[in-house]
Amino acid sequence: MPVKGLPIVVAVIGGLVAAIATNSYWALDFYHVVGGGLWTAIDLFVGLVIGPIMGSLPPPARVAFSARFMPKMSLIMPTLVTMTLGAGWQLARHLGFLYVSGSTHHWLLASYVVVGVMAIVALGLLEPANIAVLFELRKERPDPAVIERLMRRFIYTAGITGVMQIATLVIMTRLATI
Amino acid sequence: MAALGAERRDYPAPRCTELTLATIALIVAGGINMASHIPHRVPLAPAWGLLAAAALCYAASWAVLARAEGFAWRRFWTVFRWALLAYAVSAGMIEYVFIYDGVRGATLGVLSGMLALFALDVPFSIAYTVARCAAD
Repeated sequence: MPVKGLPIVVAVIGGLVAAIATNSYWALDFYHVVGGGLWTAIDLFVGLVIGPIMGSLPPPARVAFSARFMPKMSLIMPTLVTMTLGAGWQLARHLGFLYVSGSTHHWLLASYVVVGVMAIVALGLLEPANIAVLFELRKERPDPAVIERLMRRFIYTAGITGVMQIATLVIMTRLATI
Repeated sequence: MAALGAERRDYPAPRCTELTLATIALIVAGGINMASHIPHRVPLAPAWGLLAAAALCYAASWAVLARAEGFAWRRFWTVFRWALLAYAVSAGMIEYVFIYDGVRGATLGVLSGMLALFALDVPFSIAYTVARCAAD
């Protein structure tokens, strides 16, 4: 785990708590847009660019890359997701999007479903694989076959995540312009 | 090391990932159903149904795992305990927000049930995945 990154995570989450507590429209918008933009971009980049490159690397290179990449991702992604969803919910309350009678409600429902599908993939497949890879890497002689098998989940789910992220872009740009 | 890797996987792995995924999917569906009605009155019958189905899937994942031979139980329990602690804190914070926001009665009951199942299912999934790749 990159311990040096923890203070940055604490500062970012602290800022999010302050944004929600003060209900500052600019701060909530900033957290939601920045967090969401980075989350989407990283997901698409990893799924469409890094994933295929990793798939073509020889196993020792994949293991070497994963050993450096996975610990960083285990800090970056949960922080971005918390930023985006925490600020997004409060922003939706602020703008009145949560009301069932609102004209934007069906778009909001679509975003719940998109986030729900991503949550299922992240919590049910990616997080367990991520932690299992970290356990394997802590061993004196990590087994490349185990790491490769676990990393395959990232490649399999890249398509689902990519489609969900493109749907997010459509929904969010539509919501922002209604 | 390759031989050890082969040794780890020469027993049939129980199919728990599908069941834990189904549990999470049912909880998420219940959560979306409830969130879609906020701030109006939430019809609870679908939420209770989804919670019951999720609980069944979760129980089934334990039942399937209990019959597995050669499973790294010691590693499983080590990881499960720590992951449970993390997810219990996370679920506890969400529960606090529900209570703070004035959610009460049956709505709070079904939300608490979903949170409890979420806090149990994700650690199970993590511990199972880690232990499946380990030897006791």
